[in-house]
Amino acid sequence: MSALSPTLDAAMAAPARGVDTGLRRSRPAHALFVLPFVGLYAALVLWPLLQGFWISLHEHDLLSDEHHFIGLENFANLIDDEFFAQVLWNTLRFVMISVPVFVVVSLALALALNRPGRLGALLRGTFFAASVLSVTIVTLVWRLALMPERGLVSQLLAPLGLGEVGWLTSERLALPTVALVTVWWIIGLPMMLFLAALQQIPADVHEAAALDNASRWRTFTAVTLPALARTVALVAVIELIRECQVFPQIMLLTNGGPNNSSRPLAQFIYEQAFVQLSLGYATAASQVLFAIMLVGVSLQLWLERERKERA
Amino acid sequence: MSALKLDKVGKRYGAVKVIEQLSLDIAAGEFVVFLGPSGCGKTSLLRMIAGLESVTAGRVLIGGQDVTALPPGQRQLAMVFQHYALYPHMTVRANLAFGLRNVGVPADEIARRIDEAARMLELAPLLDRRPEQLSGGQRQRVAIGRAVVKEPAVFLFDEPLSNLDAALRGRTRVELARLHQRLGATMVFVTHDQLEAMTLATRIVVMNGGAIEQIGTPAEVYRRPATRFVAGFIGTPAMNFVEVARTGDAAGQAVVMLPGGERLVTRVPAAALGESTSLGGGRLSLGVRPENLRLVGAHELSPAPALHGRVDLVEFLGERTIAHVRLADDSVIGVTVQGASPVRGERVGVAMDLDQAHLFDAQGRAFHAGPVDAAGLTERVAA
Repeated sequence: MSALSPTLDAAMAAPARGVDTGLRRSRPAHALFVLPFVGLYAALVLWPLLQGFWISLHEHDLLSDEHHFIGLENFANLIDDEFFAQVLWNTLRFVMISVPVFVVVSLALALALNRPGRLGALLRGTFFAASVLSVTIVTLVWRLALMPERGLVSQLLAPLGLGEVGWLTSERLALPTVALVTVWWIIGLPMMLFLAALQQIPADVHEAAALDNASRWRTFTAVTLPALARTVALVAVIELIRECQVFPQIMLLTNGGPNNSSRPLAQFIYEQAFVQLSLGYATAASQVLFAIMLVGVSLQLWLERERKERA
Repeated sequence: MSALKLDKVGKRYGAVKVIEQLSLDIAAGEFVVFLGPSGCGKTSLLRMIAGLESVTAGRVLIGGQDVTALPPGQRQLAMVFQHYALYPHMTVRANLAFGLRNVGVPADEIARRIDEAARMLELAPLLDRRPEQLSGGQRQRVAIGRAVVKEPAVFLFDEPLSNLDAALRGRTRVELARLHQRLGATMVFVTHDQLEAMTLATRIVVMNGGAIEQIGTPAEVYRRPATRFVAGFIGTPAMNFVEVARTGDAAGQAVVMLPGGERLVTRVPAAALGESTSLGGGRLSLGVRPENLRLVGAHELSPAPALHGRVDLVEFLGERTIAHVRLADDSVIGVTVQGASPVRGERVGVAMDLDQAHLFDAQGRAFHAGPVDAAGLTERVAA
């Protein structure tokens, strides 16, 4: 403050002295209003985050609770661990399959169901309903449906000669199949986000496009889609975060198999911590997962900002 | 050949009739204003012309071609929307070009038209901005520009001035009038604001309850309203209505009894009223605008007051003053004050320009007195 001239100092202080209702001035007591949130956030998010990073620098046995500092050795071991490389690749594959499908299919559903009337409402409710089901029910239903020969899917595909395909038992098909089940299960939320965004577009803009002789496709690409750009980014980020952490449906449908072909990073972390009881190694792996998600989200937000600036 | 023709057009939503059997002929170069209160069907009618709403009966013809079944983009129309409806992520230039690109106008022709419209509407400095970077008035000019570049057969305006503040509305109104003169194009304009209708229209279509009440020039609808609705809707302050009873005829003109019990010999030909009043049991409304009334002394002889009452309230409106006078039957009429303002509670007489006094029967039909000279009116409306 000493760098400021006395007059400037006085000028800055003047408005507060002029009409002092006490409302505009910042007081230490105002911090009380944000304290409950900051307290909870620090205790439940920040502290575990730091704690996790700290644990990852240790060799920590969960059973005996013995631990000693080993620096970055856990991370070095992860780099050499072929099993870790495989689960990492599985997770990335799962994200690359499911996130684009989520964006495209939920947008298509929203476009198709963004209409007044009972049928639209019924279908919107139906597509959202699956999200309400617990993962155990969803996986139970799909395990039955995907059973070779006797399952619903096999019976439907039998005329095409696909009746005996082992959807969950083939190394090549297990992960994509789980991705499709996941899309079926939780497509409701992104669909609702797109529906909300579609309803934000004023009707008269579409009417103006109709008067401007724009075809349906041209109206979609030139008017509707640009208005949905932010929602596309939002859905992609949400799904990226969710699908990086994929775990329960895989555990229940394939338990990571066959031959680890569908084992995700989250399952690896769980097994390292609570089966192998090496907590330090597990937390090191979860730091990697955290870093991947951070990079992915940042990349997406950066792309969105670039796109906006270009336009 | 008319530029736009509505042939027995009707619209219903299920059992609800919005517009019933409406026919209208608009000649090339006309500026027609649909005027009416909210819910009278004027916007529905405009949207039916645009093809944004289907018609449930009748035909819409543009330039002699039946376009009833054509989509909006193929009707040779341009529309300016109430909320502008600009494409938010496109620049002003792209907004103007969008419709032209869609019909395959060559790039150099698009550039030429945009330049011309930009010059006419002073849009040149805005061409590379986006709608969010423009003020309300600028957005409105862009919306008008988007219509102009299409060089349509008919321009449609859906309450385009209602989102602007009062000063800007006045200016844009003048610009629209100039634009019409300059382009000589056919324009259809929807509004509930009678001032806009009066100043812009070559013909006004007054609508109420999904039907046309009257079609006429601004002077006609103001001076010779066809119905009591039109008489009451057009003019600020509104026309006064005094309940009267027809008592007989004098020299071929209808004689009515006023609330105070006085008899008034009107200038309305008794023959025209004829049977019409017997339908209403002799009850009529006498309609006179405030500017056709004047305050006189209660016992003045010339002009002798037709009505008597007590001053309830005096309103100073700037260029004129209106006195609200309470009559014997407790109804209140507005009278333009000439000269010294009366004081509240003062007993006054009200003299009437009988040539401008209309009678309305129970069905709302109007009966006028004497011929009208249209010349004197324009001044008053413009004020």
